Amino acid sequence: MKILVCISPVPDTTTKIAFSDNNTHFNTQGVTFIINPYDEWYALVRALELKEAGVATAVNLVTVGKADAEPIIRKALALGGEEAIRIDTESNDPYVVAAQIAEYAKSQAYDLVLCGKESIDYNNGVVGGMLAEMLDMNYIAFASGLDVANGVATVKREIEGGEETDSCPLPLVVSCQKGMSEARIPNMRGIMAARTKPLKVVPAADIQPLSNIVSYDLPPAKTGVKLIAPENMDELVNLLHTEAKVI
Amino acid sequence: MSVIVLAEHTQGTFKKKVFEAVQYGAAVAQSMGTTVSVLALGTVSDAEIQGLGQYGAQKVLHVADARLDNVNSRAYTKALVTAAQKENAKVIIALHDVSGKAVAPRVAASLKAGLVAGAISYPDLSKGFVVKKTVFAGKAYAYVNISSEIKVITYMSNTFPVKKGEGSASVEKLDVVFGDKDFAIQVKEVNKVTGAVPLSEAELVVSGGRGMKGPENWGILEDLAKTLGAALACSRPVADSHWRPHHEHVGQTGGTIRPNLYIAVGISGAIQHLAGVNGSKTIVVINKDPEAPFFKAADYGVIGDAMEVVPRLTEAVKKFKEAHQ
Repeated sequence: MKILVCISPVPDTTTKIAFSDNNTHFNTQGVTFIINPYDEWYALVRALELKEAGVATAVNLVTVGKADAEPIIRKALALGGEEAIRIDTESNDPYVVAAQIAEYAKSQAYDLVLCGKESIDYNNGVVGGMLAEMLDMNYIAFASGLDVANGVATVKREIEGGEETDSCPLPLVVSCQKGMSEARIPNMRGIMAARTKPLKVVPAADIQPLSNIVSYDLPPAKTGVKLIAPENMDELVNLLHTEAKVI
Repeated sequence: MSVIVLAEHTQGTFKKKVFEAVQYGAAVAQSMGTTVSVLALGTVSDAEIQGLGQYGAQKVLHVADARLDNVNSRAYTKALVTAAQKENAKVIIALHDVSGKAVAPRVAASLKAGLVAGAISYPDLSKGFVVKKTVFAGKAYAYVNISSEIKVITYMSNTFPVKKGEGSASVEKLDVVFGDKDFAIQVKEVNKVTGAVPLSEAELVVSGGRGMKGPENWGILEDLAKTLGAALACSRPVADSHWRPHHEHVGQTGGTIRPNLYIAVGISGAIQHLAGVNGSKTIVVINKDPEAPFFKAADYGVIGDAMEVVPRLTEAVKKFKEAHQ
């Protein structure tokens, strides 16, 4: 069983967001990039666990990005996986990202494609679903548990107001979230090994974007907190009713 | 040309967020000079479906196939694509919830349609088809233009107030031919949390952080939540220490919520936590540390010990509720 894990580089969670060129570009100056936490903690680590358990034979990583994405994919390789593929283009249109990965993956016969439930930068969470459609695979979103036996996956996933356990024959695309696995820290051996693991650069297919970000905006700053004395909770309730009108 | 909205029912009834999505679809259709259709799937009564007319639906297509009672991204996609093609839909709308987020991307890929996930505005047609959404987990907004002929939107609920009007929608049965492949995913077990308000839909939320000292102190937050009719949430350290279940975790790597009222108790307000909650309309912060960064993002603040302030607030809410019954 071959697994493909989709990896997205994202700004570190502590990043203060700023824009440049008249609010049309995300200002990456001084921003530290990390592996998207959902891709790393859940999709990648679960794939590695399945390999360690002898269920998976290979774990490959893929990212869509320019050369500056390579340190991130090397970091992911330090956790595990045999090889990585970088598709050499950049886009914030999720359709382009999914189509590029699909174009590469369609000839590779992956049994399982894992991604995080969303990337913490553009918060779309749509690449997995699009990929499934493009590769004509089943898709289970928001999974918090995944096991595979005899070519059938058992997946625990979030549903409206609860949880559901599904079974589905492979091939399958799964978007992963909390519960899948415990986070890991790469060890020195992994970091050393990652340096020499193959990182294939694949030229991008000719795919036109269907959407583009025109501009950005920051939320309006709060005008200032109104402090209420801890003894005077009646006043707080009154303000929530008459001023904020939320109760 | 038309606009189509996917309306998912919950055991035969439509929730408020579905009304909101239908109303949103109707407004989008009106701005484009066209009509809105709604697609309902699975076992739901005609009377319930007709009720969507009160929120602007003119026509509802109903695929009354009981296999659709469980959300299945492949079968739902086939149904939605079939309906969209039949109605010549140029805009397809689903909710930005666990179901809509599983179905909409497949539909978009199938129709080669651009998608905006988590729309919080009507499309600005004067600039093409520009829709506002939150990015960087709520730290910023992006204005996204869709350039394809067909457009897909997942709509973030609790963005616009719901107004109930008059009207009854016509119901039209729609036949969709499914193959075995469409139902390859089999449901083995379903566990629903009953009784509690689901956090993602809650209009009022009471949330606790590390300042609560331990899980044994959650009783006062539960009392406040119950009195208000609010859902409970928590910060990441609380979930990571297993004081509270993970599904209550809100923040950048937990859930993103946009309630009308968010009461944060004993949460310092790290940037990652703020990212998940700063879409809240009103924020109340209760913390004994006057330097807690959360106060900068709050509308109302109380500097004091949670163990004293929260029960006092609960009493005040009780008094208010009695007076306003």
